[in-house]
Amino acid sequence: MTTLKRSTILKDQVTHYCPGCGHGIAHRLVAEVIEELDIREKVIGTAPVGCAVLLYNYIDCDIIECAHGRPPAVATGIKRVRPDNIVFTYQGDGDLAAIGTAETIHAANRGENITVIFINNAIYGMTGGQMAPTTMLGMASTTTPEGRGKHGEGPPLKVCELLSSLQAVSYLERVAVSTPKDVLSAKRAIKKAFQKQIDGKGFSLVEVLSMCPTDWKVSPEKAVAFVNDEMKKVFPLGVYKDAK
Amino acid sequence: MAEKVLLKGNEVMAEAAVQAGCRFFAGYPITPQNEVPEYFSRRLPQVGGVFVQAESEVAAINMVFGAAAAGARAMTSSSSPGVSLKQEGISYIAAAELPCVIANMQRGGPGLGNIRAAQGDYFQSVKGGGHGDYKLIVLAPASLQELYTLTMNAFDWADYYRMPVMILGDGILAQIAEPVELAPYKPILEIASKDYILNGCKGRPSRVVKTLVLDPADGLIAHNEHLQRKYRRIAEEVNLCEEYQTSGAELIVTAYGIPGRIAKAAVRQARKDGLPVGMIRPITLWPFPDAAFAKVIKTARQLLVVEMSHGQMLEDVKLASQCALPTEFLGKGGGWYPTEEIIREKIDSMLNVSGRARK
Amino acid sequence: MGKIRFDVHRCKGCGLCVIFCPQKNLRMSAELNEHGHPYAQENEPGHCNGCGLCFRMCPDAAIEVDQHRRKTQTQE
Repeated sequence: MTTLKRSTILKDQVTHYCPGCGHGIAHRLVAEVIEELDIREKVIGTAPVGCAVLLYNYIDCDIIECAHGRPPAVATGIKRVRPDNIVFTYQGDGDLAAIGTAETIHAANRGENITVIFINNAIYGMTGGQMAPTTMLGMASTTTPEGRGKHGEGPPLKVCELLSSLQAVSYLERVAVSTPKDVLSAKRAIKKAFQKQIDGKGFSLVEVLSMCPTDWKVSPEKAVAFVNDEMKKVFPLGVYKDAK
Repeated sequence: MAEKVLLKGNEVMAEAAVQAGCRFFAGYPITPQNEVPEYFSRRLPQVGGVFVQAESEVAAINMVFGAAAAGARAMTSSSSPGVSLKQEGISYIAAAELPCVIANMQRGGPGLGNIRAAQGDYFQSVKGGGHGDYKLIVLAPASLQELYTLTMNAFDWADYYRMPVMILGDGILAQIAEPVELAPYKPILEIASKDYILNGCKGRPSRVVKTLVLDPADGLIAHNEHLQRKYRRIAEEVNLCEEYQTSGAELIVTAYGIPGRIAKAAVRQARKDGLPVGMIRPITLWPFPDAAFAKVIKTARQLLVVEMSHGQMLEDVKLASQCALPTEFLGKGGGWYPTEEIIREKIDSMLNVSGRARK
Repeated sequence: MGKIRFDVHRCKGCGLCVIFCPQKNLRMSAELNEHGHPYAQENEPGHCNGCGLCFRMCPDAAIEVDQHRRKTQTQE
C-alpha cells in the first residue's frame, strides 16, 4: 500500500490563500520535490512580495523575504556566496515580469545557477485584482475595467518565450495546476528544474499557470476552466528550453 | 611600519574592504567611483571572493542583501544618483538587521547633476534615505589613510551591530591619490558568530530573514522600538570627531570629509597668524558627535559650518550646539569646493579681521 | 481500492477534489468547519478507488489517500 500524504516539508499551518488558489498546489509541489530530492538541508528559498509573501510560514526550509521584484538579485547574492546550497525563488507575475523584469532577465542571462518558480495567474492577487503584466487581452481587472487593450496596455508578456532566446538559460517550461494531469507535469518540471541546478547547468524556470478565483471573481470550478480554456491558448504549455 | 603605497581613494577603500574580509561585491559603474568595481573585479577572485557587475544599483544592493543573509562580508558602492536607487534595498537590509557596507562617493546633484565632488547627500545618508525609521552608521573620512582604516572598521561595526554602514565620501576623496600605509586588518570589536544566516537548515530549525511584521498586531511597533534601542546604544558607543585647536577658540569651524581637511589647513594658518580659531571635524555623521559641540558652546562664541552643499550638516550642528551660538554657513552645491583662502576670508570676516592685516 | 482521509480543519471548501473525482464520490458538507468553510467528504465511504486525483488537486494539502492498488496515473 502507498499513501499519498502531506509532504513533511510543509509546515503544520493552514494557508492564508483563498479557496481554490493555485499557490497551495504549487507550494505542495515544491515541498514534495524538495523532499524527494532530499535537499531540504541545502535549500535556501526566497519569498516574494505578493500573495506568497508568507511562503516561509508554509515551507520548512531557510527562506529570505525580498523586496518586490528583487528575488533573482537576492538569490544571486546567496548562490554566489554559497554555491553548494540549492537556491530557489518563488515569484508571482507582478514580481517577476513587471517590477522585477530587469532582475529576472539579467539573472537568466548570467546563467545564475538558481531555480525560479514563477506563478502566472494573470492578475495582481494581494492588492485586489489589478492588471498584471500577464493579464490577457480583453481580460478585465480593477485597473482595466473595460478589459486589457492591445494599444493602451499592450498584450501580455510571455515570459518563457521571452527568456528562451537567452543563451545561458538551461531550462524553461510552462505548466499548469488546473487538472490532475497538469499537476503531475508541473511536479515533474519543478523536479527537473531543481535537478538542473543540482547538476550545475544554470538558470532554470518553471512558469505555472495558476488559478485566482477571488480576483477573477469566479468559482474555483470556473477558475480551473479559465486556465484550461483561456490561459492555455495564450500561454501554451510546454518545454521552451532544455539545454544539454 | 608597513611600506606606503600610492593609490587612488577608490582603490584604497576596495583594498581595505578585501583586507577586512569582504568577499562579495556587487556594483554598477558610475563616475566618480568606477575604480571601486574595477578593483574588486581583479582583487576578489584572488582571495576566493565574488564580484558581480549588477544590471542596476537596485540589483546590486539586493545582491548584497542576499550575500549578507548568506553570511558573507559584503559591500556595494556607487555615487549619488546610484545611491538613490539603492535606498529601497538599504531600508530592507536595515529592517532585516543584516550587515553590509555601502560607499557613496558623492557627486553634484540633484538629478544627473555632474561628476564633480559634492556633499548634497548628507540628509539622505544620515536621516535615512529610504522608507521607515532606520539609521545607518555614516563615516566621513578626510584622507586616504583614514578611508583605509574606517573602511575596515565599517565591516566590524556592520557585523557587530548587524546593520548597514555607509562610507560617505565625495568625488575628490575617490579620485585623489595619496601614499597610504596598508596596515593589516585588526578587528576593533569581537564579532559573535552569525547565528542568523541562511546556509541551509542542516542540524537546526529552518530560519527566516524577513522584514514583513504582521504578527502580533504590535509586532512592528516592537521591532521599531528594538531598532531604536539599538540606535541609542550606538549613539553612545560610536561617536568620532577630530577636535583641533578648540581650546581657547572663539570661532569653531566645522566641516566633514574633504572640506574638513581644507578647513583644517585654513584653521592651522589662522592660528599661526594669532587668530582664536579651532575646528571640529565630525568623522561619524551618524551618530553625530553632539558632545564635542556641547563642549565648545561653553567656550566659543561663533560657529562656522563649511559644506559642499547648501547647508545640510548645518542643521545637525545647530541641533548639537542647541542654537546657542551665532552660526554662519559657507557652502554651495553642484560641484563647488572651498579653498583655504575662501575659508580664511570667512574666518577673518567673522572675527572682524581685515584681510590686509593678515600676513 | 483506496481509503481517503480529510483534514477537515485545513479544508476551505474549494471543491476541486469534488470536480476531479472520477468516481463522483466526493461532496461538500452541509456543516462548516472551525474556519467557516464547508469541507470535502465522501458520498459513500468505501467507494474510493485510491486514484489520488483529489490529493493532486487539493490546494490545502488536506487530503491523504491510501492506495491499495498501484495505479499508473497516480504514481510517478
